[in-house]
Amino acid sequence: MAASSLSTEVARRFRGRARWTPLEIAFWLVAAASIYFLPTRHLILTEIAILALFALSLDLILGYAGIISLGHAAFFGFGGYAAGLLAKHALVTEPALALVVAGVAAALLGFVTSFLVLRGSDLTRLMVTLGVALVLREIANRYSDLTGGADGLQGIAMAPLLGTFRFDMFGHTAYVYSLVVLFVLFVIARRIVRSPFGLSLRSIKGNSLRASAIGIPVDRRLIAIYTVAAFYAGVAGALLTQTTAFASLDVFSFERSADLLLVLIIGGTGYLYGGMIGAVVFKLMQDYLAHVTPQYWQFWLGLMLVIIVLIRRERIARFFGAARRLIGQ
Amino acid sequence: MLTILFDGVAYGMLLFVLACGLSVTLGLMNLINLAHGAFAMAGGYVTVVLVNRMGVPFLAALPLAFLVAAALGVLLERTLYVHVYGQSHLDQVLFTIGLVFMSVAAVDYVMGSSQQFVQIPQMLQGQVDVFGIGVGKYRLLIIVVCGLLTLALQLALMRTRFGSRLRAAVDDQRVARGLGINVNLVFAITFAVGSGLAGLGGALGAEILGLDPIFPLKYMIYFLIVVTVGGTSSITGPFLASILLGIGDVAGKYYAPKLGPFVIYTIMIAVLIWRPQGLFARPTAR
Repeated sequence: MAASSLSTEVARRFRGRARWTPLEIAFWLVAAASIYFLPTRHLILTEIAILALFALSLDLILGYAGIISLGHAAFFGFGGYAAGLLAKHALVTEPALALVVAGVAAALLGFVTSFLVLRGSDLTRLMVTLGVALVLREIANRYSDLTGGADGLQGIAMAPLLGTFRFDMFGHTAYVYSLVVLFVLFVIARRIVRSPFGLSLRSIKGNSLRASAIGIPVDRRLIAIYTVAAFYAGVAGALLTQTTAFASLDVFSFERSADLLLVLIIGGTGYLYGGMIGAVVFKLMQDYLAHVTPQYWQFWLGLMLVIIVLIRRERIARFFGAARRLIGQ
Repeated sequence: MLTILFDGVAYGMLLFVLACGLSVTLGLMNLINLAHGAFAMAGGYVTVVLVNRMGVPFLAALPLAFLVAAALGVLLERTLYVHVYGQSHLDQVLFTIGLVFMSVAAVDYVMGSSQQFVQIPQMLQGQVDVFGIGVGKYRLLIIVVCGLLTLALQLALMRTRFGSRLRAAVDDQRVARGLGINVNLVFAITFAVGSGLAGLGGALGAEILGLDPIFPLKYMIYFLIVVTVGGTSSITGPFLASILLGIGDVAGKYYAPKLGPFVIYTIMIAVLIWRPQGLFARPTAR
């Protein structure tokens, strides 16, 4: 086969893979429909949307680049505090703009810390990511005149979104806002992972030595995706602060990073809807368990993690893969 | 000044006893066990129940704490952990985090969420003067017990047949298996002893570290620091790392209380950037 026809063939295949499937369109239609049909549930739906965005962010580095992080809450919290401070001190009053600024701030932090995760084994990465989150938590705790310390950042007054939409107490504006942000960032992420850049990430995850042997600049790709993921996490954190008008030290907590792993594992890593599905299931489950056993719901989450690992994630993924193919036909 | 050094050494030795099991399991089976602190917590709570509720003498409760934690270790190792060997690190992390969450909630359910205190016998309270330095008797006990344990471990590792098998298995598991060493058995025993030591550390440390249901989460990072900074190829590495960490933490809290654990985390990150394999690790071919 001649080189030119090969490249057109490859391009055709890629376009085919990048096409939106009916299932995907249905997913977003359902999400959009929830704005009208579940108006009483907008508060929890907002939380789900934020968690989904956060999980999407982790999926970018874990599912696509294979970096295990136990401290992804670092960027979430950083973005959250950034958004809170921007609003409180009226530096950037327009929420959507402040969201981008907070995301960029988190991305900068991600860029700086990405050099720490390049080196070493999985364990070193775990430690470093966890350490970064803990250091940030300590800083936020220490400079309490700026961040409010253990009491949290209070007195945030959100300006109307785009100058017109006020944040109401039922969370209608907040939900639509979060969902739109989620959708926009999802489309971008979808573009990223289906680009040659995204494919090179997958090859790095598969075998970084071989990837570098075929000429992929491994370190630069990892830095890039880590920075992008930090941006996503920062935006998610900023959304949480903006929609609740509050930020506390809890945003940096280890539990938040660990829960996030569970979210992603429930939904499945390495495809973008994993985080979304996981977020829906996790939040509903958490809501239910917190009703049944307010104090001990963590036990059941832990049990779930153990069971998921014991029956092997691959087996679950294969089961769902088979189910999906069945639906596809 | 010397008192701080002394307290730091006591704290460090305690950390070593708590974490040495973790370093061996990591080195031997390449297993990331974030739930190690749960065994320490088990030992601590066993001591609390024995001493405070049943009136067992404190010193007699220590070996029991060791045994209970070791038994728990064997049980979990044989039933659950065996399934995650050789699986990806992500799976191991998820699995052990799950165990941590379960242990935290379970202990909360059984014992309540408040902090527990062990009644220390009268003769271990107060201070004694050693060469003009005021030294807490209890900390002296910790140093003696942990020092003896460290010596015993070192001897067991270097002088006994089991120790040489263990070292062979850590160095190269496949070759060790090929030589007829029952690596699985070696590992089960090591896991049990490691968990038992953690339990003993938890029992001894209840007074100093504090004991409440979130213990495994609170000290997880400390154990991991010991292991990653000390490396996993010997027990001298983790030992030196824990002493350094202990002194650093106590001195940091004394001289710069405002910075708190910040110093420790920063040092850890710096060390890991400088030497990702740990401060005292031998360069290995793997």
